[in-house]
Amino acid sequence: MSHGSEPIADAAPGAGAEQITEEITGFLTDALRRPIGPDDDYFELGLVDSLFALELVTYVEQRFALTVEVEDLDLDSFRTAHRLTEFVRRKTGADAGRRTHVGDH
Amino acid sequence: MSATTETAGARLVAAAAGFAAASRDAAADWDREGRVPDGVRRDLAATGLLAADLPPAYGGAGLTPAEVGEAAAHLGGVCSALRGLLTVQSMVAAALARWGTRGQRAHWLPALAEGTLTAGFAATEEGAGSALGEVETTVDETAGGAALTVTGRKKWITFGQDADVLLVLGRTGGKPAAVLVETDRPGVTREPVRGQLGMRAAGIAHLTLDAVRVPADHRIAPPGAGLSHVAATALDHGRFTVAWGCVGMAEACVADAAAHAATRVQGGVPLGGHQAVGALLARIAVDAAAARELAARAARFRAGGQGRGVTETIVAKYAAADAAARAGRDAVQILGAAGCASDSRVGRHYRDAKIMEIIEGAQQVSELHIAAHVMRRFGAGA
Ligand SMILES: Cc1cc2nc3c(=O)[nH]c(=O)nc-3n(C[C@H](O)[C@H](O)[C@H](O)COP(=O)(O)OP(=O)(O)OC[C@H]3O[C@@H](n4cnc5c(N)ncnc54)[C@H](O)[C@@H]3O)c2cc1C
Repeated sequence: MSHGSEPIADAAPGAGAEQITEEITGFLTDALRRPIGPDDDYFELGLVDSLFALELVTYVEQRFALTVEVEDLDLDSFRTAHRLTEFVRRKTGADAGRRTHVGDH
Repeated sequence: MSATTETAGARLVAAAAGFAAASRDAAADWDREGRVPDGVRRDLAATGLLAADLPPAYGGAGLTPAEVGEAAAHLGGVCSALRGLLTVQSMVAAALARWGTRGQRAHWLPALAEGTLTAGFAATEEGAGSALGEVETTVDETAGGAALTVTGRKKWITFGQDADVLLVLGRTGGKPAAVLVETDRPGVTREPVRGQLGMRAAGIAHLTLDAVRVPADHRIAPPGAGLSHVAATALDHGRFTVAWGCVGMAEACVADAAAHAATRVQGGVPLGGHQAVGALLARIAVDAAAARELAARAARFRAGGQGRGVTETIVAKYAAADAAARAGRDAVQILGAAGCASDSRVGRHYRDAKIMEIIEGAQQVSELHIAAHVMRRFGAGA
């Protein structure tokens, strides 16, 4: 698969938004088996099955080395590749220093 | 906790084996009576096995997926109701560990780990089985947002007769929402279900929630995430322990069928001397072994971290439910009338295994997911 499970090293603070969006649209296009643009709302378009939301969380966590906490579950953040990009940048920027993993504490 | 994780894991897997061995004969009585005795339920809960993969910080033993699987296989090989108790408690614990706030985790998880609190998972309704997006139970904000009022009717809740608290799937303002409801609150009525095909001792109940008020902090995750995140996490965990329970059942059927085929003589030959009987035995033995390997594979993926192994778990549950159902059917065939007797172990597994092909994602629903994944993998270049 073109989108492996290793976190991308330079997705940390400062990684280009474009690069992140490209990563994400690539994953979505593979996962949903059709081209997904940066502003396509795949939930609204009915393209996802019942397991996809969790899969997306796991993908974002692995790929960008962050943890999605319940406080992050504003589902609007997960609707489009652009919004996800903003979310990833928020999490890997300001929050990067005090990441905790669910269950680790 | 003084013991290391490995030691705690080995001790708990051994405890599950011991519990299973001690329940081997009684399980038929529980099935007939439609009830696991309260004392047995409490004893199993007190072992700490019911949510043993919770981290030690929450009172769990931090069991690995493989260890949880082994424990579920031990219980499932003897009594699906006991395995069901582990399944529902650990489903709710998994959903809370993943999507509870820090405060919710601290409040609920230690009691679930200790077994002083038992939990049920209440999703299914008359109009919402495989399609859980159709649930109609309402979770309305009342008292200026300080409380939630839950109204609806839930069906087929495993250990719903006994659970202290239920993780209920409903909707708030139309959006899927998950909420914890203690069963001693006014407005909760339980109607025991009896005489169903299988899982007869699993304390199944239909539950009516009539304007049950709970504090607002009982809601797990924001509305919108109740099904796709909270219930989905619970169901993923449930499929994993069901898969392993089915491995245990399939192996138990192979053992009983082989023992019978080797010793029962008809027309001067042991039954196993007939090629057709040997073929049945061979097939179910291979199915059981394959199911175990797929369940172990799912465990390896899950050990990779939170959220991993969802599809591998579906594959394992699908294969293991099929193996158990086939092993049950063919074991009854080989035992003949003995397999049809009211106290027949393989007969009970046969009935219980059929249930496993329906719950936690019916076989046909699993096939849809598996097929979609296969196409994703190989259809990209098309
Ligand atoms: C013993 C027992 C214990 C249970 N415990 C619980 C519990 O603890 N908590 C809880 O919430 N629920 C529980 N359930 C309910 C269980 O989860 C549901 O029975 C299950 O989800 C299937 O729903 P249904 O029975 O409404 O069947 P339906 O959804 O009506 O499906 C019936 C059949 O139609 C086919 N089918 C359905 N949808 C599709 C599809 N999309 N594609 C292809 N085929 C399809 C399948 O063959 C399926 O078996 C329990 C049920 C039993 C029997």
